[in-house]
Amino acid sequence: MADQLTITAMHQALQDGTTTASALVAAANARIDAIDPDVAAFLARNPKAQAQAEAVDAKGDFSQPLAGVPVAIKDNIVTNGLTTTAASKILEHFEPIYDATVVEKLQAAGAVNVGKVNLDEFAMGSSTENSGFQVTKNAWDHSRVPGGSSGGSAAAVASGQVPMALGTDTGGSIRQPAAFNGIVGVKPTYGRVSRWGVIAFASSLDQVGTLTRSVEDAALTLNVIAGHDDKDATTAPDPVPDFTANLHKGVAGLKIALPEEYLGEGVDPKVAAQIQAAAAQLRELGATVDTVSLPHTKYAVPAYYIIASSEASSNLQRFDGIRYGFRAQDVKNLTDVYVRSRSEGFGPEVKRRIMLGTFSLSAGFYDAYFKKAAQVRTLITRDFEQVFADYDLIMGPTTPTVAFKIGDKVTDPLTMYMNDILTIPVNLAGLPAASIPAGFVDHMPVGLQLIGKAFDEATIFQAAEAFEAANDYLAQLPGGAE
Amino acid sequence: MNFETTIGLEVHVELKTKSKMYSPSPVSYGAEPNTQTNVIDWGFPGVLPSINKGAYSYGIMVALALHADITRDTHFDRKNYFYPDNPKAYQITQSETPLATNGYIEIEVDGQKKRIGIHELHVEEDAGKNQHEDDGYSYVDLNRQGTPLIEIVSEPDIASPEEAYQYLEQLRQIVQFTGASDVKMEEGSMRVDTNLSVAPIGSQKYGTKTEIKNLNSFVHVRDGLAYEQKRQVQLLMAGGAVRQETRRWDVDKKETILMRVKEGADDYRYFPEPDLPPVHVSQAWIDEVAATLPEPPARRRSRYVEDWKIPAYDAGVLTNTLEMSDFFEATVAAGAEPKLASNWLMGEVSGYLNAEHVELKQVALTPAHLASMIKLIADGTISSKIAKKVFKEIIANDTDPKAWVEAKGMVQLSDPAKLTPIIDAVLDDNQQSIDDFHNGKDRAIGFLVGKIMQETHGKANPKVVNQILMSELKKR
Repeated sequence: MADQLTITAMHQALQDGTTTASALVAAANARIDAIDPDVAAFLARNPKAQAQAEAVDAKGDFSQPLAGVPVAIKDNIVTNGLTTTAASKILEHFEPIYDATVVEKLQAAGAVNVGKVNLDEFAMGSSTENSGFQVTKNAWDHSRVPGGSSGGSAAAVASGQVPMALGTDTGGSIRQPAAFNGIVGVKPTYGRVSRWGVIAFASSLDQVGTLTRSVEDAALTLNVIAGHDDKDATTAPDPVPDFTANLHKGVAGLKIALPEEYLGEGVDPKVAAQIQAAAAQLRELGATVDTVSLPHTKYAVPAYYIIASSEASSNLQRFDGIRYGFRAQDVKNLTDVYVRSRSEGFGPEVKRRIMLGTFSLSAGFYDAYFKKAAQVRTLITRDFEQVFADYDLIMGPTTPTVAFKIGDKVTDPLTMYMNDILTIPVNLAGLPAASIPAGFVDHMPVGLQLIGKAFDEATIFQAAEAFEAANDYLAQLPGGAE
Repeated sequence: MNFETTIGLEVHVELKTKSKMYSPSPVSYGAEPNTQTNVIDWGFPGVLPSINKGAYSYGIMVALALHADITRDTHFDRKNYFYPDNPKAYQITQSETPLATNGYIEIEVDGQKKRIGIHELHVEEDAGKNQHEDDGYSYVDLNRQGTPLIEIVSEPDIASPEEAYQYLEQLRQIVQFTGASDVKMEEGSMRVDTNLSVAPIGSQKYGTKTEIKNLNSFVHVRDGLAYEQKRQVQLLMAGGAVRQETRRWDVDKKETILMRVKEGADDYRYFPEPDLPPVHVSQAWIDEVAATLPEPPARRRSRYVEDWKIPAYDAGVLTNTLEMSDFFEATVAAGAEPKLASNWLMGEVSGYLNAEHVELKQVALTPAHLASMIKLIADGTISSKIAKKVFKEIIANDTDPKAWVEAKGMVQLSDPAKLTPIIDAVLDDNQQSIDDFHNGKDRAIGFLVGKIMQETHGKANPKVVNQILMSELKKR
């Protein structure tokens, strides 16, 4: 039996008249009530969700694919009147007075937001263990991390609570948790989706994307959220194509590159073997897969941590205890307000990155750190450009390992940072990429990463759908084949 | 020992745009606190800036007026610092690639012309305002937050407080004539930061500089710098050393007072603003702005002198403000003789403005009615004595002077056909005066004119009366 928890399945049922938006939202809420006490994905539930679903039913127009479909929103994306915390104590109980553009667009498409999902504080982390509020569990194994920072989004979708959750991806924060939970995660091209209303971590790297149970669901959602936004000067003016247009076209004739660096040191040989098997399968489906080199890959992690932390150190200065959010009590003077509010409001990983970024931007260090990192970024971008001169896609594993145990790496930041080595270069180059399920290692899902040319998400969807259709990983999702 | 002085000026000018530099909030002066703000101005989580292209065009306009080279490829930078009136805790400015560089202003001190270089101009946003109230709380008003500014940084070419004063006067005038800013020190749309150092004449190095703050008028700038110059020289002559410090000008005590000693430079951790894409300033954009660049004050002055024969000093006064200069030109355009228009504006009009402490735009008077009054004087319809009464009326109520003098019966009697019989009648009654006149007693004329004026209730045109009287006297 096909997965009934996808957008496409729900859309079909709504169009057939076999269900209603109210029933779908009620069912989603019931699943959250049943499953989430163990998974701990949700930070806030939307008390107006049921009423909003009824309004969609009253309208009765289910022509748009997301109309009446329950969705969840990563909690660093602002929702008018519904608490948005970025999983930080410094924004505990913070109620935004406006909606992010992506939230507005989902609403306009008829999707119903059922709640806000957990993340690493301010999206800084790869395990969601850095949340200021709760530790979210991997949908497949509750002793393991869901990945991060969009761990709440991935766990909520993989455990069947909602068919789609929005995430944000700064260095792999959509793709890595998607891989760890065996679902589809898409990070669009930088500039494809508006960041208006997304609480900034690293502005030149952040991008909103989707976590879904199928490739088609991802394409359908991206159709809704993509596009230029006057409120985000970094969004591209490029027209938005129909991302479902290339689905079911197969991969025959596609030229795919497999960088040797993506299967090298630090990558679990069992994961590498799984990706080699995927390469073989893609060849069987008619694509060519050649080994190539992205020689500057090894510099991506240090460059990323300097750039991202530098931008974050500036972006997070606004949390100063003056206008909103947490303010320390019994303060003596202005400096005290700043120092104590921030010391008490931010968690340790956020503070670590603020210090790292502040240092990198300081007079006397700027040239050696920030500027050098920016130069490395250019080299990494050129690596990709050279490969894309000859290839349509780049493939590789999304993560070096499958999901690790909760508590295993959280005390060792450097090891944790290295977990992002395969996803970070994509953000530095601003390219689109997806992680799709590619089998299992030690009974845990492995993610296949597909990287595309800038603004060519369509080709990623094309190959991803072909690979998805040739396998049955979706049916193995928890709750997927009930 | 003799010293030479080096002064640096950083001038902030608020641009006269409808909306803010990076947000669509309105720009307005004097509104209720925090009413001219939105989520961007508050630095709410998730907000992003957008560039106000009109503000950037104004910046280009000022840069062109200051003969500066426009930077063609530019980006914005963040200047990071914590303060409650700075809600993002960073200011979006231009550090690496300023709007323009290498401009200049020509000044004249003691008849000597001198060119003061402008190092750079950059576009940035203003901060809000902190207010410390008696109730023990500090309040933040973010109305001003995000107001577009350009900062204009001088080269170290200014060698005296008087040169600084002249530089500021010229800068204010030039910027005002572009229409990009009101440049009013009293409303904060022009603000001046200064620094000064002295060094022995011929020294290869600049001396240690101090910064002087709280200079709220050009006169304060001149006085504050003059005091600071003297203080530093005296300090060095006494064997002391100047410290790098910030000092405050005390208007009442007329001295600079130490605010804080600077230990090393502030570290603002500048880096490129990732939320705004780089800006390319095309030749077409520059041309478009240049085409709308109003005539600069210097060119207006030479036009007044050459075309309208206005004395150079008067031309200078008339171009002191854009308002006055525009008013003058409109008055001339409405038919007034330029020299007369200039006299009235510099005399009665300026006198009225000073006495009432108002600005030209606040009075009812229009150029059309000033011109019409001047024409009435020129064609003899009213006397200059009556004109003073007329002026009082039109400057207060902008009444049509022609209609008003007619209604009030103030029109001068200049028609010889009407005046001659009156004069003849007076002569008939005063044979003694006629005799006195023929006996060489000029006094008689004054007496007769007085009688004629009495008969005409003072409305007779004295010039015409004199002409007729003389010819009639000679007949008798």
